[in-house]
Formats: sequence, structure tokens, C-alpha cells
Amino acid sequence: MADVRLLTAAFDPAAELSAFTAAHPEAGGIVSFLGQVREGGGAGGSCEALELRHYDPLTLPAMRDLAGQVCARWTLDGLMVIHRSGVMLPTEPIVLVAAAARHRRDAFAAADFAMDHLKSESWFWKREKSGGEWRWIEPRAQDFEDIARWG
Amino acid sequence: MAVKLVFLGRLEELAGTDSASLDAADGLGWAALLAHLTEHYAPELAQTVAGVRVKVALNGVLIADKGGIVLANGDELAFLPPVSGG
Repeated sequence: MADVRLLTAAFDPAAELSAFTAAHPEAGGIVSFLGQVREGGGAGGSCEALELRHYDPLTLPAMRDLAGQVCARWTLDGLMVIHRSGVMLPTEPIVLVAAAARHRRDAFAAADFAMDHLKSESWFWKREKSGGEWRWIEPRAQDFEDIARWG
Repeated sequence: MAVKLVFLGRLEELAGTDSASLDAADGLGWAALLAHLTEHYAPELAQTVAGVRVKVALNGVLIADKGGIVLANGDELAFLPPVSGG
């Protein structure tokens, strides 16, 4: 039921969401989250590019496991998880999660849970380019607090 | 035997490469592997890899007790520092 993809090239979130919505006419609500590269992000607000690295044997299989957990935990009509790897420029989309459900609360919670787990548990490593120099980003304490909410 | 080492995230910077081939006698264990890293790379690499924050995957499978690994010919061992996705 879940559509889980790891992409190494840019994608169009609006087109993906349209296709997902069209595929789930039975759903009463669709909640989506789009994460993009912030303009003015990074050290000193001068992030020029962001790179996400992944590890083939682990990253996509773990994303599929996560989608399975989400589908088991909430009553959904559909779930879409798209995550970029590679170099991205400010305003480029990084991640798109969409959950379709008969009732909105399931859709909200499923998308929220999926994002918290993608942020803190998925096999991605991030670095930012600032002032022409690449710098690896350490995980944030907030990400671990976010995931702890789910017990 | 030959083993492929994969360095993810910041470990790539410490190792100076994202992957390397290691030639060693069969049955290479964790202590001998750390000794190899100490000998061939920046000292911080072996120290970091030995720490609790770095996990390892052997042939794509996460290993709970990295100290217990024994490497065989053709193995791929990946060093995984804390993740930072999204």
C-alpha cells in the first residue's frame, strides 16, 4: 500500500501529491509534509548547498520498514514517503510524506510519526556547504525529543 | 582475504575516503581491525569508530555487538555515525 522512494534527482512535490490524491479517491483527508532546503540556513545563514548521503543496503529497506510500522499503527488508505539523497540547493525539496485516510486524525498522526522517525532514525547523513566549505551536520537534541513523544 | 570498509558521514572525512579495501588474514576481529585503522588513518578515526555512537553493518545487516565481529573474504563492513536526515 505504501509508496516509498529514495531519489537521487530532484522531484516535483506538487505533481507527486496530485498523483497520490488521484490514486486515493476513497480518502476523506490527505495530510502532507514537505521538507525543503532552507534559504539562509546553516552556519551564519549562508548555506549554499546541502548534501544527504545514504547507504544503499540500509536506507531504503529501513524506510520501507518505517512505512510498514505507520500503516500498521493507523488506519490509512495510502502512504507516500519520498526522500532525496545527493546534493540539493536552497528551496529544493528534500522529503515529502503524505498520508491518506478516511479520517483526518489518522492522517495527521501518521504523517507526523513518519517525519519524526525519518528525521532521527533513517540512514541519512547530512552536510552543508557554507563559504565554499562542506561541514557534516550532527543530529539535533530536538530530533530525539520529537521521537520520544511516540513511546 | 579482502574486505571492503565503508565510511559514512563524518567518518568519510576522518578516513579521507568513502570506502577502502583491506587485505588481511582470514578471521580478522574487531581489535585487529581497530589496529589497522590506527595504523593507516588519522588517529581520530579508530577512536571515533570504537565509540558507542558509531554502529556497524556487516553485509548490510546491523550488528548489535560490533566487538564480536569476525570478517571473512568479500565482506563489506560499514561504519555508521549518528544519522542526521530530513
